[in-house]
Amino acid sequence: MSFITRGFRGRRQLDAPADRVPPGQYVTPDFPVLSAGPTPRVPLEEWRFTMTDPLGSERSWNWGDFTALPTETVTVDIHCVTKWSKLDTTWEGVSLDTLLADGTDRAGGHVLFHSYGGYTTNLPLEDVTGGKAWIAFNYDGQPLDPEHGGPARLLVPHLYFWKSAKWVDGATLSDSDRPGFWESYGYHNYGDPWREQRYQGD
Amino acid sequence: MAGAALPGRLNWLIARATEIIEETERVRSIVLDCPGWPGHLPGHHIDIRLTAEDGYQAQRSYSIARPADDEQVVITVELVDEGEISPFLIEDLRIGDRIEIRGPVGGYFVWEPSRGGPLQLIGGGSGVVPLMAMLRARVRAGSDVPVRYLSSARSHDDLIYRPELESISSEVEGVEVLHTLTRRKPPDWTGLEGRVDRVMLARQAWPSFTRPLCYVCGPTGFVESVANSLVALGHQPGRVKTERFGPTNGG
Repeated sequence: MSFITRGFRGRRQLDAPADRVPPGQYVTPDFPVLSAGPTPRVPLEEWRFTMTDPLGSERSWNWGDFTALPTETVTVDIHCVTKWSKLDTTWEGVSLDTLLADGTDRAGGHVLFHSYGGYTTNLPLEDVTGGKAWIAFNYDGQPLDPEHGGPARLLVPHLYFWKSAKWVDGATLSDSDRPGFWESYGYHNYGDPWREQRYQGD
Repeated sequence: MAGAALPGRLNWLIARATEIIEETERVRSIVLDCPGWPGHLPGHHIDIRLTAEDGYQAQRSYSIARPADDEQVVITVELVDEGEISPFLIEDLRIGDRIEIRGPVGGYFVWEPSRGGPLQLIGGGSGVVPLMAMLRARVRAGSDVPVRYLSSARSHDDLIYRPELESISSEVEGVEVLHTLTRRKPPDWTGLEGRVDRVMLARQAWPSFTRPLCYVCGPTGFVESVANSLVALGHQPGRVKTERFGPTNGG
């Protein structure tokens, strides 16, 4: 057992379902905002999402084309590395499976998402395929607020939420794994909340 | 410690409280002696882990308030009424008590004198903590980077580090300290009043043509509004670094 702190009793969240709250996390009813810089404002008429395959060929959608793709609505728990978790959040977006459906070369095995404002994050391709990730543009039935990543953000709920890049403008598939923004500042390369992979070496 | 990458693993270390400084009615600084501490940059934070007798644990992050000094780590904690860790740190922790910490964490929202300036620091409430670490590093190094420090608090009694900031402001060349009060002000108050908005920033912050490095820290609404105003005033988004907490940081 870990080192005991004299006098600490804690404030247990007895109503929180233990099997849905990863170690070191607490449940919040709010939706905190964490971003490293000013919130980018992206007009919908300028918005694009571009998928680049390992050979450099691109497919790109404007807002109208993108939101006309088949969408899915999912209700998921999200876990931020700063210790808060939020249960039962509802999002609507386009599954990465849909975006990768027609002929994109998936050989590389890695994907780097990038965002308006310069943010990046890296993931194994298998973590964004098979019904595990979406480009979400509605939250709780409403257009996604810019502070929370609108017009559209990546949603990968099974990993810490910094992987769910806000303001996404594209994804680059690659055969090499290149660390993204927080991953190069010492955060864990993979970020599984259930294994408490917050920082490098966890 | 240089560069962005933090090598190796961040192990939990046992730190002992050696000094407690009451900053305001709801804010205290805790000086920790932490054998094995690897050092940090101004702006870094730490994770704190507390363990109850039955093994229950809770963790939160806190900004470090002073630049690196051997194995010393100083945090400044504001009481969050509904919080879990901050009530313990403010009401129960005594000198000699030991807690677990690990870090340094972060690495983007950091500044050291070699990064130059001018430096614009803007903090809301206890958001001034990492900014104070930067200012203290600038003063300690005897650097000539010009600094403007702007803090927003509800009332005069809520201003954190006030005596130290007064002496820095009067004794250190190139450092300008400004406070704005948003709710109550003393009758003889000569500082700023009201929220930090675009007009205040246009008058009091470094103008965008001086290309300052801006660091903004505070509650989400405060940071969102200040960062948007800085961009609207022509500051490059890439030179505006932010750190947000709340609405319930849960502290």
